[in-house]
Amino acid sequence: MTDVRYLAPTTLDEAIRAYAAAGSAARILAGGTDLLVQMRSGVVQPGLIVDIKKIDEMMAIEETADGGFRIGAAVSGAVLAEHPRFGRVWPGVLEAVNLIGSKQVQGRASAGGNLCNGSPAGDSVPALVAAGANVMIQGPEGCREMPVAKVPAGPGRTNLKPGEILVSFTLPSRPSGSGDAYLRMIPRTEMDIAVVGCGVSLSLEGGVCTAARVGLGAVAPTVLLVEEAAKALIGSKLDDAAVRAAATACSAACRPIDDKRGTIVYRTKVAGVLLTRAVAIAARRAGGN
Amino acid sequence: MAKLHVSTTINGEPVEYLCEPNDTMLDALRGPLGLTGSKEGCSSGDCGACSITLDDRLVCSCLMLAVEAEGRQVGTIEGMAKGGKLHPLQQTFLEMAALQCGICTSGMLVASEALLRKNPKPSEEEVRFWLAGNLCRCTGYDKIVRAVLEAAAELRETVQ
Repeated sequence: MTDVRYLAPTTLDEAIRAYAAAGSAARILAGGTDLLVQMRSGVVQPGLIVDIKKIDEMMAIEETADGGFRIGAAVSGAVLAEHPRFGRVWPGVLEAVNLIGSKQVQGRASAGGNLCNGSPAGDSVPALVAAGANVMIQGPEGCREMPVAKVPAGPGRTNLKPGEILVSFTLPSRPSGSGDAYLRMIPRTEMDIAVVGCGVSLSLEGGVCTAARVGLGAVAPTVLLVEEAAKALIGSKLDDAAVRAAATACSAACRPIDDKRGTIVYRTKVAGVLLTRAVAIAARRAGGN
Repeated sequence: MAKLHVSTTINGEPVEYLCEPNDTMLDALRGPLGLTGSKEGCSSGDCGACSITLDDRLVCSCLMLAVEAEGRQVGTIEGMAKGGKLHPLQQTFLEMAALQCGICTSGMLVASEALLRKNPKPSEEEVRFWLAGNLCRCTGYDKIVRAVLEAAAELRETVQ
């Protein structure tokens, strides 16, 4: 029988010391909705489980002085949904986080776990990439920040170094006239894994798109930031030609696999369709600000 | 290997138990605690048969470690009937035949109660979406959804 230890430190320093000392046998426990399934199936047999939910900064939602947000990595989707302001400023990010699993899973699952699980189909990731969110990472050698898009390294892998823990997301402040949206294609109405996911965040000034970011999920080994699609939108009035060019750029960026959820051809086409629809929703929200 | 000692509150009563670090809450409930109302279906968070509340928040007890209950408030199906009287949801499920084999029923009830606490007047669509994480292989869901809507209406009358 393997010896498993459980720790629930109350400070980040304590967590990092224990996590780094235990090496590759250690696992971080946030909501546990991936980890416990992996333990149950025998994919993962941790020697140490570090529960990070007793660390204040992991569980906090703060509005920063410049009007941005700082979201603790272990904040559950249900808690994020109850925040009075977050969903009004970042409705697309919230809808993406709230698409992860059932109500039961929402009660525990976090955006930090969704990102660190490293699935190319994680729903919150394309929306956070579109939002221009950064993550704060702390490890034995100190603290560093990186864009969300740089965290995934491939299916099930991240660019976090040994001993490093994802602490929080920072989302930038929003100029007025901004909106975001996330759409995913699944064959059911709920409780499924994205065949394609698309996040769009944009700003409008006098009807002209002044800033845009596009994130695509489940169409490559990692979630993609599609800069060509953003370029097609910026400077336009989001007219049909511009949106079509952005949709084409999304399809061109796809490097998907064929699997039981969808074929390469299907995913590539749907990426463009979702972009078109997500732009329309984000633009409507931007106009409503 | 030393077991972990947990002090928690289950259905309003202080409870202590010992568990292994990798035991799930469902293991603890159904094992040492003898609270077998929570059922084990999939053990992967898909079926909702093990639904409980943790500090009033709906969760799957199969996706939670037993040791995580330390200092928290756990609510299970065993706490739903008060003083020998069935909760209106339980009564309505019985009267409207919203169950057959019963394996999903405690999870359905715990999840429905969590919904009605948050939203006393849900639409049919809201009930269906809320219960998307509770699988039933017998009834086809329709009777369950109707029973939840009926119980919600009754509970609103009781409150008024």
